[in-house]
Amino acid sequence: MAKGIRDKVAILGMGCSKFGERWDREADDLIVEAYEEAIADAGIDTSRIEAAWFSTAIEEQHVGKSGVPLATALRLPYIPVTRVENYCASGSEAFRGATYAVASGACDIALALGVEKLKDTGYGGLPQSGRGALNSMYWANLSAPGSFAQLAAAYRAKHGVSREDLKKAMAHISVKSHDNGSRNPKAHLQNKITEETVLKAPLVAEPLGLYDCCGVSDGSACAIVTTPEIARSLGKQDLITVKALQLAVSNGQEAQHNSWDGSYFATARAAAKRAYQEAGIDKPREQISLVEAHDCFSITELVTLEDLYISPEGGAVKDVLDGFYDADGKVPCQIDGGLKCFGHPIGASGLRMIYEIYLQMQGRAGARQRRQEPVRGLVHNLGGMPHQNVCSIAIIGKHGS
Amino acid sequence: MVGIASFGGYIPRLRLSRKAIVEANGWFNAGLRAYAKAERAICSWDEDSVTMAVEAARDALADGPREDFRALYLATTSAPFEDRQNAGIVAQALRLGADLNTMDVGASQRAGTTGLVAALDAVAARGGPVLYVAAEKRRAAAASQAELLYGDGAAALVLDRADGVARFLGSRSASVDFVDHYKGKGREFDYNWEERWIRDEGYLKIVSPVIAGALAEAGLKPADIAHFCLPCTLPRVAQAIAKQAGLAETSVRPNLDGLCGDTGAAHPLVMLVHALQEAKPGERILVASFGNGCDALIFEATDALPAMQRARRGIAGALKRRKEETNYAKYLAFNDLLKMERGLRSEVDKQTPLTTLYRKKDMLLSLIGGKCERCGTVQFPKSNICVNPNCRAMHSQVDQPFSEFNGTVMSFTADLLTYCPDPPAHYGMVQFAEGGRMMVDFTEVDAGQVEVGMPMRMVFRIKEVDPARGFTRYFWKAAPAGAAKEV
Repeated sequence: MAKGIRDKVAILGMGCSKFGERWDREADDLIVEAYEEAIADAGIDTSRIEAAWFSTAIEEQHVGKSGVPLATALRLPYIPVTRVENYCASGSEAFRGATYAVASGACDIALALGVEKLKDTGYGGLPQSGRGALNSMYWANLSAPGSFAQLAAAYRAKHGVSREDLKKAMAHISVKSHDNGSRNPKAHLQNKITEETVLKAPLVAEPLGLYDCCGVSDGSACAIVTTPEIARSLGKQDLITVKALQLAVSNGQEAQHNSWDGSYFATARAAAKRAYQEAGIDKPREQISLVEAHDCFSITELVTLEDLYISPEGGAVKDVLDGFYDADGKVPCQIDGGLKCFGHPIGASGLRMIYEIYLQMQGRAGARQRRQEPVRGLVHNLGGMPHQNVCSIAIIGKHGS
Repeated sequence: MVGIASFGGYIPRLRLSRKAIVEANGWFNAGLRAYAKAERAICSWDEDSVTMAVEAARDALADGPREDFRALYLATTSAPFEDRQNAGIVAQALRLGADLNTMDVGASQRAGTTGLVAALDAVAARGGPVLYVAAEKRRAAAASQAELLYGDGAAALVLDRADGVARFLGSRSASVDFVDHYKGKGREFDYNWEERWIRDEGYLKIVSPVIAGALAEAGLKPADIAHFCLPCTLPRVAQAIAKQAGLAETSVRPNLDGLCGDTGAAHPLVMLVHALQEAKPGERILVASFGNGCDALIFEATDALPAMQRARRGIAGALKRRKEETNYAKYLAFNDLLKMERGLRSEVDKQTPLTTLYRKKDMLLSLIGGKCERCGTVQFPKSNICVNPNCRAMHSQVDQPFSEFNGTVMSFTADLLTYCPDPPAHYGMVQFAEGGRMMVDFTEVDAGQVEVGMPMRMVFRIKEVDPARGFTRYFWKAAPAGAAKEV
């Protein structure tokens, strides 16, 4: 049986553009902004990159289809470029493509780059678009907040949590992410907020209010990966390597079979178990130093922390309110502000999360650097809706840890 | 012998306060103030004559068999499609067998009864059962009298070659090109002539001879009629006609003005079903209509009627299932009578690929899913491989209708972000006692009133309207079961 890719691939360099409403920038500008940082960090020339994976999820709003937009923006020299899309987990897919290419020995150095230019729709929130011919004819009139809001209804019913208590824990999550975002110069939202602001905000989809929802942003992030040997040969020390990369995709069971109660992510649990096995982790609550969870909505973060086996089932409300996931807590979650405040340019988000873990491992996270030196970070990147989704989990850590 | 085997009715739950209409428009037309009391039934944004016809028919069909119907006739002057058989949509939604003759009847306020006469003739000649439905959602211009007097609603009858709950005794018709109003080609609203002329030269001269003819045909005297149904919103005209025809004054049935309003071509049947819900065995019901002439039909209640009265929602039950609406602007918006800023999110293209619709018509219009013959798992949509993780049998599923399943809410939200003509958009996961589940739109729910575990039933509704191409797309939604089944 395959043993996985633990410690087979090292991150050579990473970059991330400023996220936000980048009214004056086109997608290719954002691509170049992220890439310049990464290539400088890697200390190599573009000619060393042998293959690239390019992630965008709502490409019809900006670059269009195929790998051509990336190859053109970076003038890549006729190398393989593959465009990937897997809902909001697209960025992780680009990273998986590049990492697997290196791990397999197919190439020495590979690039993963994600971009999304979402602020050209004329309105706030994600673009409203078709879901496919047949889906549009029978799917509920779903929005992203409306889909995820249902976690709250089912979670409350299952664990007997009052609306007020859940709203309070959700508010704590958002206040914490804004605190963290205020220390991140690349974050879309850098303002601190109070619990009162969150609780008094207008509803978007019951019970989610405005501050329970993440920002929709323009941005790009990228990673250059290679083998640990090549990284060392290029003069890199204290390598950051990939411990695990797992993906779980809904097969219709949650949507159609009465075995799922709507209060958790079946995919996240499956992917987490496999990722911990691949990374050799058996006590995640002790062994994970920090988490970048896909906090598209506060309730998603809350439920996910249980699905990652860090909080016990039904125990996330207490952990959140106890400050367990705060920046100075035992396992900081979204120490960079998360999707909530760093922002959510879809195709870039998975790579942005890895970028943050990468910086934290190297002690390069500036004002938001975790005080206790992190060893292993978990990236959870989710796409779709609770009842049918794509969940990616990456564990990144110090080489040999 | 031909008779009514079953009946059903549907009146939309929303009742627009006529006071709200008059408050909005009385400044312009002071004459409207005379109608400022009571209310009229209005469709929600996702209802039309086809969806109301389906609901009325479901009431009439109840748990009975659906496969052996010979024909389905739909009478309406407010069909959503000018050229796509509306009766065919109703038949597909109801899962009536393939060996079915369907027909739309329209073009006159008399369509409801004219079609009924033809349907009874067809049953007499060729046998039944025949499903006969009349539904109406007439448009009316803002500040018109029609806006106050019209109502939306539907009624359905199952006709068969047996006495049933009401035996058909006879009918008489007259065709007269009396144009009290008309709607020209491509026109949105009716054009009306003076009421006094309509009363004196129309109703008072055309109707009573036809009633006399129907009585003669049935071999009855005027005094034999216990219930006289004549839709007419002109004051005291039904009473005057009863007097002309020799009918007892007490036989004149309430025209439901101020309750649901005048449901147009459906109204004779709405009043007939209402009468059937109150009639005693042996009583005769005379139903007449007026519109480019007159039809009059006579039925006699049988001993089977009382049991059916207890088993049907009908018009009486539908009238009780009521939610007051006092926001006149909302009515205008639902009926596209107001130019509204609907926001950029409403601009998503809603083209319906007709190939997909046809290929998936059982799934989309009939709400047919699958049942795995290997493990028994019920699932929607029907698929090639069973969803049960312990089964996964291939090509093992047979058709499984979901429309009559009993659902409960597993999770839900009230969404203010997504475009919906009546925000917030409610939707959620509905799980069925019989098996299966679906993430589906809700309708007929009130903000703050939805809860996990709430019982739901499925209803046939408008999913979306494509404004660019004039296409109405239908699908099923979940509605609170309590509200709909209340009798």
